[in-house]
Amino acid sequence: MPGKLKVKIVAGRHLPVMDRASDLTDAFVEVKFGNTTFKTDVYLKSLNPQWNSEWFKFEVDDEDLQDEPLQITVLDHDTYSANDAIGKVYIDIDPLLYSEAATVISGWFPIYDTIHGIRGEINVVVKVDLFNDLNRFRQSSCGVKFFCTTSIPKCYRAVIIHGFVEELVVNEDPEYQWIDRIRTPRASNEARQRLISLMSGELQRKIGLKVLEMRGNAVVGYLQCFDLEGESGLVVRAIGTACTLDKLSSPAAFLPACNSPSKEMKESPLVHPPSHGCRSTHNSPIHTATGSRLTQNFSVSVPTLIYTGMGSGSAGKEGGPFKALLRQQTQSALEQREFPFFTLTAFPPGFLVHVGGVVSARSVKLLDRIHNPDEPETRDAWWAEIRQEIKSHAKALGCHAVVGYSESTSICEEVCILSASGTAAVLNPRFLQDGTVEGCLEQRLEENLSTRCGFCHIPYDELNMPFPAHLTYCYNCRKQKVPDVLFTTIDLPTDATVIGKGCLIQARLCRLKKKAQAEANATAISNLLPFMEYEVHTQLMNKLKLKGMNALFGLRIQITVGENMLMGLASATGVYLAALPTPGGIQIAGKTPNDGSYEQHISHMQKKINDTIAKNKELYEINPPEISEEIIGSPIPEPRQRSRLLRSQSESSDEVTELDLSHGKKDAFVLEIDDTDAMEDVHSLLTDVPPPSGFYSCNTEIMPGINNWTSEIQMFTSVRVIRLSSLNLTNQALNKNFNDLCENLLKSLYFKLRSMIPCCLCHVNFTVSLPEDELIQVTVTAVAITFDKNQALQTTKTPVEKSLQRASTDNEELLQFPLELCSDSLHSHPFPPVKATSVDYSSFADRCSSWIELIKLKAQTIRRGSIKTTVTVEKASPVGDGNFRNRSAPPCANSTVGVVKMTPLSFIPGAKITKYLGIINMFFIRETTSLREEGGVSGFLHAFIAEVFAMVRAHVAALGGNAVVSYIMKQCVFMENPNKNQAQCLINVSGDAVVFVRESDLEVVSSQQPTTNCQSSCTEGEVTT
Amino acid sequence: MTSELDIFVGNTTLIDEDVYRLWLDGYSVTDAVALRVRSGILEQTGATAAVLQSDTMDHYRTFHMLERLLHAPPKLLHQLIFQIPPSRQALLIERYYAFDEAFVREVLGKKLSKGTKKDLDDISTKTGITLKSCRRQFDNFKRVFKVVEEMRGSLVDNIQQHFLLSDRLARDYAAIVFFANNRFETGKKKLQYLSFGDFAFCAELMIQNWTLGAVDSQMDDMDMDLDKEFLQDLKELKVLVADKDLLDLHKSLVCTALRGKLGVFSEMEANFKNLSRGLVNVAAKLTHNKDVRDLFVDLVEKFVEPCRSDHWPLSDVRFFLNQYSASVHSLDGFRLECGGTIWAHCNLHLPGSSNSPASAFQVAGTTSVHHHAQQFFLYFQ
Repeated sequence: MPGKLKVKIVAGRHLPVMDRASDLTDAFVEVKFGNTTFKTDVYLKSLNPQWNSEWFKFEVDDEDLQDEPLQITVLDHDTYSANDAIGKVYIDIDPLLYSEAATVISGWFPIYDTIHGIRGEINVVVKVDLFNDLNRFRQSSCGVKFFCTTSIPKCYRAVIIHGFVEELVVNEDPEYQWIDRIRTPRASNEARQRLISLMSGELQRKIGLKVLEMRGNAVVGYLQCFDLEGESGLVVRAIGTACTLDKLSSPAAFLPACNSPSKEMKESPLVHPPSHGCRSTHNSPIHTATGSRLTQNFSVSVPTLIYTGMGSGSAGKEGGPFKALLRQQTQSALEQREFPFFTLTAFPPGFLVHVGGVVSARSVKLLDRIHNPDEPETRDAWWAEIRQEIKSHAKALGCHAVVGYSESTSICEEVCILSASGTAAVLNPRFLQDGTVEGCLEQRLEENLSTRCGFCHIPYDELNMPFPAHLTYCYNCRKQKVPDVLFTTIDLPTDATVIGKGCLIQARLCRLKKKAQAEANATAISNLLPFMEYEVHTQLMNKLKLKGMNALFGLRIQITVGENMLMGLASATGVYLAALPTPGGIQIAGKTPNDGSYEQHISHMQKKINDTIAKNKELYEINPPEISEEIIGSPIPEPRQRSRLLRSQSESSDEVTELDLSHGKKDAFVLEIDDTDAMEDVHSLLTDVPPPSGFYSCNTEIMPGINNWTSEIQMFTSVRVIRLSSLNLTNQALNKNFNDLCENLLKSLYFKLRSMIPCCLCHVNFTVSLPEDELIQVTVTAVAITFDKNQALQTTKTPVEKSLQRASTDNEELLQFPLELCSDSLHSHPFPPVKATSVDYSSFADRCSSWIELIKLKAQTIRRGSIKTTVTVEKASPVGDGNFRNRSAPPCANSTVGVVKMTPLSFIPGAKITKYLGIINMFFIRETTSLREEGGVSGFLHAFIAEVFAMVRAHVAALGGNAVVSYIMKQCVFMENPNKNQAQCLINVSGDAVVFVRESDLEVVSSQQPTTNCQSSCTEGEVTT
Repeated sequence: MTSELDIFVGNTTLIDEDVYRLWLDGYSVTDAVALRVRSGILEQTGATAAVLQSDTMDHYRTFHMLERLLHAPPKLLHQLIFQIPPSRQALLIERYYAFDEAFVREVLGKKLSKGTKKDLDDISTKTGITLKSCRRQFDNFKRVFKVVEEMRGSLVDNIQQHFLLSDRLARDYAAIVFFANNRFETGKKKLQYLSFGDFAFCAELMIQNWTLGAVDSQMDDMDMDLDKEFLQDLKELKVLVADKDLLDLHKSLVCTALRGKLGVFSEMEANFKNLSRGLVNVAAKLTHNKDVRDLFVDLVEKFVEPCRSDHWPLSDVRFFLNQYSASVHSLDGFRLECGGTIWAHCNLHLPGSSNSPASAFQVAGTTSVHHHAQQFFLYFQ
């Protein structure tokens, strides 16, 4: 009996009128935890009841403390009939279970009803007394800290990074149980909310146990997802990176956020070879749980990059043998673990040695009813398979670890696509080699100072490349080889040298597919996948070149399956890495060279493309220093083996059209009227309008090239659903619709946020879903941050006049040409233009015909989460404070509502995070049977999202925090039935509750410890586990 | 491709002041978009009409959700759903409760009932204010009225406390509520030249001096209703015109004091008895509800119009009225008979009359006359 939970119900306010006669309410409260329930007295006839209850005490196991949510139900007492429920509050008490986090939860919580939304608020105080438990075989894992942040949280130091932890639990979905037919929608929704709450508690506990087993004390980059598999059940799964963290001593808390590299060093973690691997609990060998049903398993992986031995500079010379040695060491250290994966996307300097490229794997599965929830082996096996594949892809790239790793699913009926992706990387072998920290610190420091380009260098042997790539000597150190382009799923490393600014690059794609059932459906999807991957990749590559950039960070490719189509959306942040060669241009070639007007058209197009590139370079301030050719040295091996996509010798003519898009050999394309794909492709390249002047956007934590943030932030979620006209749907029309949808959405965002100019949309996260046949839903969550235009960017060496001209691309013009990325000439580039794509053929498409193999170009990535690259957060000159006069300080006298900031980033500009209070992980269902009355679908969803924000803020405030960082909306499932006037929506959000202090305040307070809103009253709540 | 759903939700609720104004003015989304296009916003921002449409819809939806809270402004401060900086909250409330002069002039003094509400479309046509906006303003009046109707304490304070309005706006609402409660007739053609500001000024003085609250500011502070006793007492003023000696004496006092100071002295002298009679009769009648309602009409008929026909300048009217009431104090008989309460009462405020905020109203030709009305009130105090 290791814990005592104490709850006090203080008061309510703004309750709804439950008694029409008196226009008042007789409210009372039920407090439930586990199987124990307490009730308050009925407070008669008031909309603002003051219960002031005694302390309700629950004596419970800490296992239950972790699993169960505290459930508070507000009811209206009725003498004659059943009491009416007003609404509920679920409180996750996990943050109270570890010592450094919150000690008490106290505040106003919105009372939430799944049918009516928020109905008033209730003031609750919750405390936990934990007793020491010395039982070694305990089932709980109290005390393990969880962070959504995908970097080492500020104010902590990583002592050891242990590695990957994962877990999943399954259950039947209450919505699909027989009982659902006879219970009310409210009861059904509540059952679901409760179940998911329970399951995520259980999941977190189990992950915690694994972490303890690995001797860690925290999980960083924790990502929990739900798969609503319908009839087959409900899966809750989570991945994360186990770490041992040390709280930085308080003096450090006062260091400015912009740590100098040397300071960062202290925070660098060591990867510690775990003596006992972190094996999944159910990691039984892959077996045939799916039985007779078909399991199409299918994966394409294409790394795009590099890897080279040492950091640049000194070590470079003794390359060969040393490299081998390193690899050996690294290998041995990492191979002990089942999966050397890291969900982190930003690392302390020196941790990441080389980046190989993106690795990804997808697999199409048919869902089957989960027969035994206690043995979720099937799902486990599926994921294990995929992870295995990722691991081998990484190995093919000469890398032993995968960073920026993430997993996702897309489900439609009984078909499910599982995806995993990450960035193959080589981690610092010194860390892997000796577990002791101190020894290598200084050395590493020296090494580090010279490795600004190290991570770009290829990790594999240039004579034995895993795929054909075009290598040159690094433009920075001139000693190591680098690839021509680099794709990654991680954030831009802090120390990377970037020229100009970055920008958001998206590839969008739709493919129709026939409606089919079961195996036929799965097969059809499997067959489409490689083409989609290939096209997405091509689009990304072309757009990257069009921007004049040479690297992608934060790449996240999402493939969504619907009844009759597949959608692919890839987002990444393009940058120009100084260490990589200047990208070549794009050349268009037509097939029928004899036609004069046609030629003219082509040259017109060509000119337009060249203009666009030039404009973009100006826009993003990309002007690399000129380097004379000799220095660069001759481009390296295998000139023949350029990374060309070889056009397939069409075994199957159908598919050929799909492939035509490629930047194949020149003249490989026939320009025919029906060659819509090619046309469309060129067209879409030129229709991407750059953001209005004063706006930048990226999907990484911070915008490369901007570092003078001011303190104004605005996090937002925007959702759009469009209905396609069902007539004559073609791939082309579909693509155009989808493209327009995304572009218009971005334009709307720019317009809405125009008052914040100059500002940057960071962490732009697009999610696509296909709720019904003809519906496409796009959800965007991002944060707009203002920056100071005038303040010079210190890191940019080439201050360029900011002449932001809107690139006025003529969208009207139809571009009818296939294009080709040409390696030779075209532009007056100072360098020999570089080959466009690196194609590689690694991989295992189990049952793919040979042509598919040719196509494996892909580099997949999924990235999520956030990282903070410590690009000096400028001392908050409280410039943009105008609109946000509410700061972290206690709420002003006349308002009881404190301001809580929310951001998908791991930091708050101009502020210092002083304390992490715990993870916020909330799941809500909202349903309505009066859709029209609530303002239609838009009104319904708008109100619901606003309510979700409100509930997140209320929980954070109750924990004593004033911000949520690494906020993410993981799921937003919206279903409507306008004919019945009904709609339902499920939303799952998570983030880290924190306390932050403005840097400007910090200086003032100086010596006294900023104990912002800690409820100091309750020291008894101290955790003693 | 049609848009089914299109929303934007910020952690801090975005409020666009221009769109808010359009919404308050009762424009439909389509009209609002057209107006915004005309304002040239597309050129400034490079946005498309579709973007503008979506943006406008979004703001309208937000305002629609906020409206429920705006009906009880303190709720807006304490709610958790919309995170809005305090300055913005104040702006939202202030703008929501703002009203159009033209509209308020139409309903001033009318009963805030369903019947009146039905007439709103006429008012809308007449004033050119959209029906929606009229309804909002009417409902605001009614809501404020209902809330403060039975409340004790200062009317202005009550309104400020329950609706968080600025001082100026709260005063205006106090006037509206006061007029609605006493049902003063303001719609007659004769009164059309008076602006809302004129009436509000009168209302403020009446609240200060004529109501129950004014008589006994400690207890039972009811600012809404006129003090019946006071009105009853006014009857006794009749002596001023009924007693011939007193009337003559009064006249001579006034004339002596004003000789040479008044441009229209001769007219004044000739008309003194008429004017005095008019004023006193109006005052004496106030015990009947109907006459209370017609107060302004009577004043204009009995006093303002004669003055106007003689072309009295504003300053002269002021002099005359000051002197008229001041002289009463010298009338021994009057002082004794009527007791000092009434006059003492009004005396407190007389000095205020001469440096009243009149200058603020001296706008057009009509103002001179409205001044007269003001002076009258002072007198009656």
